[in-house]
Amino acid sequence: MSSTDIERQWTTRLRHRVTGHLPPEKVLPDTQPAYVASWIYVFGVTTMVALSMVILTGFVLAIRGPQWWHTSDVGHYVNSLHLWSVEVFFFAMVIHLWGKFFMAAWRGRRALTWMTGVVTFLTSIAAAFTGYVSQTNFDSQWISTQAKDGINATGAGSIFNVLNLGQMLMWHIVLLPLVAVILTAVHVVMVRVRGVVPPFEDAPPEKP
Amino acid sequence: MVGLPLLAALFPLDHLGHYIHWGWVYISYANAIVVALMVICFVAAIWVPFPGRNRRKESR
Ligand code: HEM
Repeated sequence: MSSTDIERQWTTRLRHRVTGHLPPEKVLPDTQPAYVASWIYVFGVTTMVALSMVILTGFVLAIRGPQWWHTSDVGHYVNSLHLWSVEVFFFAMVIHLWGKFFMAAWRGRRALTWMTGVVTFLTSIAAAFTGYVSQTNFDSQWISTQAKDGINATGAGSIFNVLNLGQMLMWHIVLLPLVAVILTAVHVVMVRVRGVVPPFEDAPPEKP
Repeated sequence: MVGLPLLAALFPLDHLGHYIHWGWVYISYANAIVVALMVICFVAAIWVPFPGRNRRKESR
């Protein structure tokens, strides 16, 4: 095999692409610009930690099942950890979002970072909703019977039936978490690829 | 489980919640408090100096 053959292999090309965009010092940098020393930058990481807690406690709930989380003390505790991690998740995500909005952090070819954030936000709302209707208690019955009319009015009810517990649970524990985690990974990798957005006064002038 | 009756007395969940109704604004106190806490955290995150910030500036 000649060296040009090797250069043309898809493995070689992909490796060059990945290491070109993301050399090790960008994946795990040891310094950040001075303006990153602000509390507002803590909220992206807080969101990530809360999401990890949501998924970890979700695993435990999935292993033991509804009887356990409704009737045992430890089950109630893990159920509460799951709920309160979601509360922290949304709390931190909204502050993160406000911060990035007022920094206009989509500047300098960072649109994909912003847009993956937007879609993660919408996905998380759907994940929280399907979680509320998957509780298997009177609360979830009440929420789903109230929500069905609204969702049916949009026409989505024919494929997304909030009274179908099996379907809601699958969305909640398979599809939506998968999408949220993949989008979060792309989001954070994009921050590493592009670097943290500079303040307005330090930013290079943008082409119109 | 000793604290449970106490908590239940402090946060009664078996009747309607309290709502702020101001023109077209209609929001439960619980949600309004969470929104207010988020705004407070946001303002604090911008105003409160980050520890070690000066040290880093000197070393630059
Ligand atoms: C699962 C939810 C999310 C997670 C885990 C997450 C995590 C992060 C992290 C760790 C960073 C880098 C540190 C920082 O600047 O705070 C970041 C940056 C960023 N986030 Fe998010 N985020 C989420 C949702 C969102 C949302 C909803 C938006 C806006 C709609 C958003 C917009 C951005 C932008 C534009 C940046 C880049 C900032 C820069 O380049 O300086 N994120 N995110």
